[in-house]
Amino acid sequence: MQVPAPFEYERATSVDHAIGLLERLGGSARLVAGGHSLLPMMKLRLANFEYLIDINDLRDELGYLDVRTDEIRIGALTRHRELLESDELAAAFPIFRDAEKVIADPVVRNWGTLGGSLCQADPSEDLSAVCTTLDGRCVIRGQSGERVVPMTEFHRGPYETAVGDDEILIEIRFPVRPRGGSAFEKVERRAGDWAVVSAGAAVWLLDDGRIADARVGLAAVGPNTTALPEISAALTGREPSEELYDEAGRLAAQGCRPESDMRGSEEYKRHLAGELTKRALRRSVERARERG
Amino acid sequence: MQVSMTVNGEEVTREIEGRLLLVHFLRDVLGLTGTHWGCDTSNCGTCVVWLDGRPVKSCTVLAAMAGGHEVRTVEGLAQNGELDPVQRGFMECHGLQCGFCTPGMMMTARALLNENPDPSPDEIREAISGQICRCTGYATIVRSVRWAAAYEADQRADADQPAEPAATTGGAP
Ligand SMILES: Cc1cc2nc3c(=O)[nH]c(=O)nc-3n(C[C@H](O)[C@H](O)[C@H](O)COP(=O)(O)OP(=O)(O)OC[C@H]3O[C@@H](n4cnc5c(N)ncnc54)[C@H](O)[C@@H]3O)c2cc1C
Ligand code: FES
Ligand code: FES
Repeated sequence: MQVPAPFEYERATSVDHAIGLLERLGGSARLVAGGHSLLPMMKLRLANFEYLIDINDLRDELGYLDVRTDEIRIGALTRHRELLESDELAAAFPIFRDAEKVIADPVVRNWGTLGGSLCQADPSEDLSAVCTTLDGRCVIRGQSGERVVPMTEFHRGPYETAVGDDEILIEIRFPVRPRGGSAFEKVERRAGDWAVVSAGAAVWLLDDGRIADARVGLAAVGPNTTALPEISAALTGREPSEELYDEAGRLAAQGCRPESDMRGSEEYKRHLAGELTKRALRRSVERARERG
Repeated sequence: MQVSMTVNGEEVTREIEGRLLLVHFLRDVLGLTGTHWGCDTSNCGTCVVWLDGRPVKSCTVLAAMAGGHEVRTVEGLAQNGELDPVQRGFMECHGLQCGFCTPGMMMTARALLNENPDPSPDEIREAISGQICRCTGYATIVRSVRWAAAYEADQRADADQPAEPAATTGGAP
């Protein structure tokens, strides 16, 4: 039987209350959101804390999807299921729905949160790849106020983030730009499993159909989500074509750092990184064109 | 610490350890052993119960987190001594063999039908995709849920029938 080591359970009544508790208890305390990453780790005694601070009552402050014309803001306590079901979000960023359909399973998605996914900083976390692809900005709050950290600087290594011991991730902001399309591709061994490799792509087109900007984010092929600025550089200003997707795929396969494990060999994962990048880019361009 | 929650419509309060998982609270503290406990790693879904009407894997939720909320378990499916149509469907269509996965499957199926009264076989498969039947009776589980959906559709149709003339004479102006 797997049971976490003993800890004190506290329930936060507001974000400020949670920050006050974290400030007082320091590194011996941890926030629990959905608990679907934290509790399994504590059950295996891979993580032990003296205090758990439950933030699930903070739905008013942290559970929202605010869709504006130039920016989308999503609260950290928004659950997978809500991300999957939002038509507004799917219209602006179809990559979210693509990804949420293949993250875990419907029962896990009822409870796991966006903030928990990002803060877990698991190298295979699909939502981290999505947020990296969409150039997300993470709003982190502590006693001294708020700061905004781009996704590319949010993860500091496997299971490490820019969020301090006495801070809390509040929301993620995504810029909305014209003529955009996005998509997510994942290969898993069985339904609901973690990715062997997954790839997000987003493309924004110029009026003449050339690429204004393109971004790719890969999961499970490095210590953190892999952002590939070299792909953005190679695609900007170019006309979308199969040859261009091939080129991007080659850059992805070269630029990632996968390791062989039970999910596949390094070579296979590089192959997937390339192929999934191509597919995601192709679909992103199709979607950007459909939106005109 | 003390925790209070509603379980199958009844308010319960108990003294527990913060680390107690909801599945053990239900089984060991309340004696509701209908909820099964299998993989212990949030993969098999035999421990699925409802928290505020939504299926969750109770091996991955603290009992303390359910405090102040409503929990429903397989024991709470039957109403007024009558089996839920999902339970009847599992009997009619051989939806269980050893029965180990059954409580979780039925809780998920009931939640699905509440949202989507006429799910396709694919939608049913998607809904239970985080749950494992080691007897691999998936085809009959899907059939059982379809049976319940059809049964409930019939019930609704009956209720929608125009009332018998004899019944309307009384109160009509
Ligand atoms: C069976 C199973 C299958 C899964 N499959 C996938 C999959 O295919 N793809 C995938 O990407 N994920 C998968 N997951 C992971 C799932 O997405 C995460 O468990 C979940 O979303 C993490 O969110 P949570 O709210 O449960 O986080 P928690 O477990 O509550 O927290 C995780 C970490 O984040 C911290 N934290 C949480 N919220 C905040 C906040 N607001 N501010 C600061 N720190 C915070 C916690 O302290 C903890 O350290 C799977 C999980 C399970 C159980
Ligand atoms: S015992 Fe909870 S999912 Fe298997
Ligand atoms: S009936 Fe035996 S596990 Fe499903």
